[in-house]
Amino acid sequence: MKYQDEYREKDSVQAYAHALSKITTQPWKIMEVCGGQTHSIVKYGIDELLPPQIELLHGPGCPVCVTPIEYIDKAISIAKNNPKVIFCSFGDMLRVPGTDEDLYAAKAKGADVRVVYSPLDAVDIARKNPNREVVFFAVGFETTAPANAMAVDQAYKEKLKNFSLLVSHVLVPPALEALLGSPSNSIQGFLAAGHVCTIMGTNEYLPISEKYKVPIVVTGFEPLDILQGVYMLIQQLEEGRHNVENQYERCVKSQGNLPAQNKIRQVFQVIPRTWRGLGEIPQSGFRLNSLYEKYDAENKFGPVANPIKENSLCHIGEVLQGQIKPHQCPSFGKLCTPENPLGATMVSNEGACAAYFHYRSHS
Amino acid sequence: MNATCPLPLQKYPTITLAHGGGGRLMHQLIREMFHKAFGSSPDAHDSAVLKIPQNKIAFTTDSFVVRPLFFPGGDIGSLSIHGTVNDLAMSGAEPLWLTASFIIEEGLPMETLWKIVSSMARAAESAKVKIVTGDTKVVERGHGDGIYINTAGVGVLHHDLHIHPHSVRAGDIILLSGDVGRHGMAVMSSRESLEFETTIQSDSAPVAAPVLDLLKAGLNLHCLRDCTRGGLITTLNEIASSANLSFEIHESAIPIQPEVQGACEMLGLDPFYVANEGAFVIFVAEKEAKLALEILKSHIQTAQACQIGQVLEDGVAPVLIKNTLGTRRIAPVLSGEQLPRIC
Repeated sequence: MKYQDEYREKDSVQAYAHALSKITTQPWKIMEVCGGQTHSIVKYGIDELLPPQIELLHGPGCPVCVTPIEYIDKAISIAKNNPKVIFCSFGDMLRVPGTDEDLYAAKAKGADVRVVYSPLDAVDIARKNPNREVVFFAVGFETTAPANAMAVDQAYKEKLKNFSLLVSHVLVPPALEALLGSPSNSIQGFLAAGHVCTIMGTNEYLPISEKYKVPIVVTGFEPLDILQGVYMLIQQLEEGRHNVENQYERCVKSQGNLPAQNKIRQVFQVIPRTWRGLGEIPQSGFRLNSLYEKYDAENKFGPVANPIKENSLCHIGEVLQGQIKPHQCPSFGKLCTPENPLGATMVSNEGACAAYFHYRSHS
Repeated sequence: MNATCPLPLQKYPTITLAHGGGGRLMHQLIREMFHKAFGSSPDAHDSAVLKIPQNKIAFTTDSFVVRPLFFPGGDIGSLSIHGTVNDLAMSGAEPLWLTASFIIEEGLPMETLWKIVSSMARAAESAKVKIVTGDTKVVERGHGDGIYINTAGVGVLHHDLHIHPHSVRAGDIILLSGDVGRHGMAVMSSRESLEFETTIQSDSAPVAAPVLDLLKAGLNLHCLRDCTRGGLITTLNEIASSANLSFEIHESAIPIQPEVQGACEMLGLDPFYVANEGAFVIFVAEKEAKLALEILKSHIQTAQACQIGQVLEDGVAPVLIKNTLGTRRIAPVLSGEQLPRIC
């Protein structure tokens, strides 16, 4: 398949691995921000191809994983307690554990929970079911924000009254700043998420790179992308540079996707957000702005509860900040498995724990 | 076979509870639709009485609850025949007879039922099996998904092999009959709320003919299994666990249509875990692999057959995949069904 096979090609990947071993002279700790990159790394064994001095830390860029538990609980409560509600969600939110259960369990108990691939499909369900209330669980980073913004705007233009979003949107740059500002930070460079930058461009990373003196390479998701991204990052580190560079040029332009950014700005406003495992980060998320507030499910079904404490056996925060590897969590593979997850990182398609459990030996 | 529904549609355009009530309407449905489609025996009774040609038979059953009822490349009717015929074939049996039981939801259009029944009749004919007995129940509207079908099947064995995971040996070659992932993606592409335009057709097809040819050639088949729910990797894990052995699979050897690969990439699904309804795996000793492949390739259903891996004495996990990059990863059974991801 074009744009895929050539980025999974053995010879090119090994050529980069070889080149990396030649330029690496000392230990480096670098973080891939996105859970999609983590899965690619673990699935293809990319970390095994790197020189031993390079340690990859897995970052917080898994939208399912960082959605706070109180939002999962609110989603379940909306779906279960309102018979008129059709609760629509992306597929991998269904298995994320709330305080007592997940959306799957709510569905089994009779809640009308439906998996959709696009928020626009949820708008369509609202259009076709005027006597029902359709709620879409709008989670994710800057990547999913334009489509969610478009869905709300579509409902607004069509004067649909039975559509709303439960919004838990988060933003990447403030999270990078939170990680870098932490006293225990050991991250020396970032592979930034290619799809986020496809929307937002690369310019918003310039001040972070400058302030914290860290190189940032915007990177794609295929094995060759990741090795090339690591190479560009190590090259900077070895040369003592800290620039923002773009490995994912086939998708990412420095200014990003301007119409998508305009749509986001039209619908959302930036607010502080709580991240599961990381806590509250200033100016790190979106909510619907006043023009669209009647499409906010929290206005229709009541506000989300105050932050809820995580199960103390789950070390999701340390995993999401790259402080421990999934298999270093004492619960990994024992108390916590995909069948009985303690935290979202064990169930999401982009969760680091799920990647390790799925592709690696559990011992 | 008549192409139009044989029941007077103007009077009963949909299934009613009376069609399952045991009265005249039910008998009319059985006589006018099922017997017309599947044929009937003059001495029809509560059970079919059949003469078994040899003393060893294979016997299986399967229920079909697919949604939507019609999907690119098949429908619940053809699927209900292929599924059971193929389960018999996986024991190396020649499929002979099937039962067909219908649980129909009140309100199902009669025309829809006829389409499904006609499709079953065509599928049975091409698989060379006879539907010899069956049952019909009608449930109230809202208590079913249009129609559920159960088929059970009997086949006869013309060999003394023990085609079973316990017969798999270290060193065996693992063959795959064709490309994977088509059925699941074809169904998904036509499912409400996930609809996407595609040319993917289900691989639903009867595969007894190539299997019987392998046996006719005297090949000592160690194990066969169709890669239905859970796809190729789940099937391999089931066999490996039962055999207490380890399999190494070469990712680049597994055929996948580009459309299937593309749809899986888009939805965030792994095609190796997507359901098939024709693809199956074959375990044979290394010295027999070449002939087995030649025979498989001579059949249209299995023309893409290929070698995908080998059985190891011992490994770190039941199934290991050698990546295109040369590294290896574990390929376990999934916890539940695959779900499309966010981005």
